Amino acid sequence: MIANYGYKDGSGEYYIAIDTDKCIDCAAGRACLTACPKGMFEIITDDYDDEVAAIKQANRRTVAYDCTDCKPAGGHASLPCTSACTPGAIKHSW
Amino acid sequence: MSAEKKEYWRWEESCWIDPDRNWRDARIVTAGIDVGSVSSQAVIVCDGELYGFNSMRTGNNSPDSATNALKGVLDKSGMKQADIHFVVGTGYGRVNVPFANKAITEIACHARGANYMGGNTVRTILDMGGQDCKAIHCDEKGKVTNFLMNDKCAAGTGRGMEVISDLMQIPIAELGMRSFDVDEEPAAVSSVCVVFAKSEALGLLKAGWTKNKVIAAYCQAMAERVVSLLERIGVEKEFFITGGIAKNPGVVKRIERLLKIEAVKTKYDSQIAGALGAGLFGYTLVMKQGAAAKQAA
Repeated sequence: MIANYGYKDGSGEYYIAIDTDKCIDCAAGRACLTACPKGMFEIITDDYDDEVAAIKQANRRTVAYDCTDCKPAGGHASLPCTSACTPGAIKHSW
Repeated sequence: MSAEKKEYWRWEESCWIDPDRNWRDARIVTAGIDVGSVSSQAVIVCDGELYGFNSMRTGNNSPDSATNALKGVLDKSGMKQADIHFVVGTGYGRVNVPFANKAITEIACHARGANYMGGNTVRTILDMGGQDCKAIHCDEKGKVTNFLMNDKCAAGTGRGMEVISDLMQIPIAELGMRSFDVDEEPAAVSSVCVVFAKSEALGLLKAGWTKNKVIAAYCQAMAERVVSLLERIGVEKEFFITGGIAKNPGVVKRIERLLKIEAVKTKYDSQIAGALGAGLFGYTLVMKQGAAAKQAA
């Protein structure tokens, strides 16, 4: 399942997509949990009883702002979360 | 001060029981309770089939809304709460359904409900809820494969349509058909934010637009808004719309025009999809528990 967390507003589309099929039995040892400097990721049991990563509820409407520091303008060549997720389950839409 | 203000936005609440079936004949009775931001539904599922439902406006207290929704359908069927084997809560207030055995997100429940209502060929679901929109992909079993939601603003939602209904002083059930009664299809209102769209609509009325033309422009704006959401995950046939806005032909027709796909029609009330999905999940869970118990014995 592709779970898209985020929103679209007048300034653009801001979604963090998590491919939960790649997330079950994580090969990266849940590295996303510690890689994100804002601690936006958490492990949840989804509706189909799989343990997968998700964006915390409190961050879902503010991802555009929360992720700013990790974007190229913040001095990062690549996003810490996508780099840490070696199975390639995490993608940003912007 | 004028007499009592007419509430144009107030949509019709409904309660229905399948007249051809008796719940007492069912082996497993489950209930799905969808406490949404604007409406609440209780659905009774007997042996995996829809038996009855109650759809009403959500009050200011989620537990009470859940209780009242269920009470309506129980009273009509002569059933007691104790007759229900399993209850699944869903929607925004799902964790506040006091008698629920389990809570499941409305995304999974809408997919499951749409799979029942529209058939197992449904792959794309658009849920136009009271205060959010969801675009969902599912497989032939109604299991979610991709989803996207927008709950940051009320644009493109039922609440937005309620505001326009009140502003135009036209009952909400009539808005859709009125939107077709225009000489020429107008461009969408430029802002779909409920607050700004309201002031823009007022400006258009002052500029001489008819009410129908303003409604048409708002319906078009809503359609464009949700289509952009759908396009992000892609639209795969068959396409199904759930939620209260599915009852508004003015929006549905415009979405179909933009997507160049016709939405699957259903004999069921589109507003109960979430609660129905929850009830169906409940049925599956009871069956699984039964199978597990048998294995253990």
